[in-house]
Amino acid sequence: MKTPLVVTRRMTEHPADSHTIERYEATGGYSQAKRALGMTREQLVEEVKTSGLLGRGGAAFSTGLKWSFLAEERPSYVVINADESEPGTFKDRQLMERDPHQMVEGTIITAVANQAHLAFIYVRGEYAKPARRVQKAIEEAYAKGYLGSGIFGSDYELDMVVHLGAGAYICGEETALINSLEGVRGEPRLKPPYFPAAKGLYMKPTIVNNVETVSNLPHILAMGAEGYATLTPSEDSGTFLMSLSGHVARPGNYELHHGITWRELIYETGGGIPDGRELKAWIPGGASAPWFVPDRHLDLEITKEATNAAGSMLGSGAIIVVDDTTCMVRATERIVRFFAHESCGQCTPCREGTTWLEQVLRRIEDGMGRPVDLALMLDVSDGISVGLDWPPKMTTICPLGPSAISPILALRDYFSDEVQEHVRLGGCPFREVRAHA
Amino acid sequence: MTHPRPESHTPDPGFRERSIWSKETQERAARIVARYPLRRSAVMPLLYLAMREEGYLTDEGMEEVSRWCGITPAQVYAVASFYTMYKREPVGRYLISCCTSISCMLLGSDEVMHSIEESSGVPHGETDEEGLVSVEHAECIGACGGAPALQVNYELIEGVTPEKARDLVQWLRAARPEVLDGDEMQQLFGTRRSFDWAIREEEGAIGPYPAFGPLGTVGES
Repeated sequence: MKTPLVVTRRMTEHPADSHTIERYEATGGYSQAKRALGMTREQLVEEVKTSGLLGRGGAAFSTGLKWSFLAEERPSYVVINADESEPGTFKDRQLMERDPHQMVEGTIITAVANQAHLAFIYVRGEYAKPARRVQKAIEEAYAKGYLGSGIFGSDYELDMVVHLGAGAYICGEETALINSLEGVRGEPRLKPPYFPAAKGLYMKPTIVNNVETVSNLPHILAMGAEGYATLTPSEDSGTFLMSLSGHVARPGNYELHHGITWRELIYETGGGIPDGRELKAWIPGGASAPWFVPDRHLDLEITKEATNAAGSMLGSGAIIVVDDTTCMVRATERIVRFFAHESCGQCTPCREGTTWLEQVLRRIEDGMGRPVDLALMLDVSDGISVGLDWPPKMTTICPLGPSAISPILALRDYFSDEVQEHVRLGGCPFREVRAHA
Repeated sequence: MTHPRPESHTPDPGFRERSIWSKETQERAARIVARYPLRRSAVMPLLYLAMREEGYLTDEGMEEVSRWCGITPAQVYAVASFYTMYKREPVGRYLISCCTSISCMLLGSDEVMHSIEESSGVPHGETDEEGLVSVEHAECIGACGGAPALQVNYELIEGVTPEKARDLVQWLRAARPEVLDGDEMQQLFGTRRSFDWAIREEEGAIGPYPAFGPLGTVGES
């Protein structure tokens, strides 16, 4: 089945001007935000619950359920998480650059449903251009009376503010993001309270949703919750943007439905592995997700449940593919280095553990590895995520530390020979294959 | 209460008379502060504003931000030191950030980084003597479909090669553009992109901080 396009339809059909308010309105834009103003909070929450919409930021939590947790205290706030930083992920960037009004309308619907009069769009600092596009869209919406006081001729007031991050992956964690917005260091908060919907920004009820999540909302209202839930045959409602990168012939963002297989995604959508090489492994959902390998996972269906059952996750929808010339020690080192760099430093197991793992991986790659190094890495990993289980058990405030363990598990499960080969040779056996510096 | 709430105090009424910023910058700062329910929340955008004023964050700049936010300089420093994009040392007019995370690494970003360092003579985290070019390697910049990618003053170039990266460094030094136009740089030094950018943008960066609407985009209203 060909996936019906939802969030990328406008930019696909009208590539030249999908970002303008003229095109947006000519294709039905802002009619659903206006309609939402005539609906009660209960109706809106129910509609989104029934649609089966799952959060697209990585946790795949039911958006309607999240909304239903909103505490009664007021004011409440809405924050859109546009801090997209998971390695391999570039979907929200495309949504913001190419169809910013869709996100703005989704944000208005979210604010109305959660009785918020102030919404923040937290865009990562490196996304200067997407932030400009979103800012422009917001200004256009203000000029039309869709934001500000008395939006769409109602008596509802809503302000929207773009807040630029400054280069910290951890601010994608919703409580860290809230701290960052409050003007303190962007460190995740200790739980409980578990949900910002109870105590979030300024300790007031706060809904934090991802860009792609809210971009779906105008379409859910337009086609109805049932229509959205039955749009695709998959048990996971709706469509999903999947970011394909690495060794595939056609990298890019693809709007697909769940239920296809990894084989279809990599070989049909992605065009297979270039230069006549073989598929070695892939990450199914961003750098935090444990790796998959062809002989075990290629014909697995891409669904939330099947992926979780196989010991990984669909996360942020980023698929990173590597071919048979790739050194897994080097790939692992690069991922672990990321987490070591982005660790906020609050929790010792994460701060120290990721740094040690990076150093051990580097010495193996540089030819100074020892036979016990794999066991050593597993021991350090166990200190960050006890039992090395999936889903990970945590010794830390947030999942960043345990995420760094994911590629180490792949070394243990599928590539231990490759690690030992490095130790035996006193160097990287792949160095000749791809002449890396 | 599980979390101590951030306090911000009403600033001393005379603080603007002691401001180190121009009247225009002060007006901009006042507009930024007004957008937030709590003054303290303006610390991040004001830090960008301080960088725009002096090219990087000086102690005086951070003290100025602290007066606007009603917090102490130490509290501002705590925030500034948390993020990689707040530079507390002088930075060149052009900041080249080369992504070397996993997707870019798989497609040769280490060679691109090497080429930048070699052709510019500037290693990671450093600036040339003239103060023109700074070089750093960056973690994932969200351009994985157009890997390897880099940014100059946070304007993106996708599908870079070691040769194109060398040409970029030479071009920056020779042409010394006032405004860095992302579309132009992509055309000159990039190849494959993550997706069709589609729309020609007229704006661009003018310093080593993001050219975002209220903070220094050319043509700001």
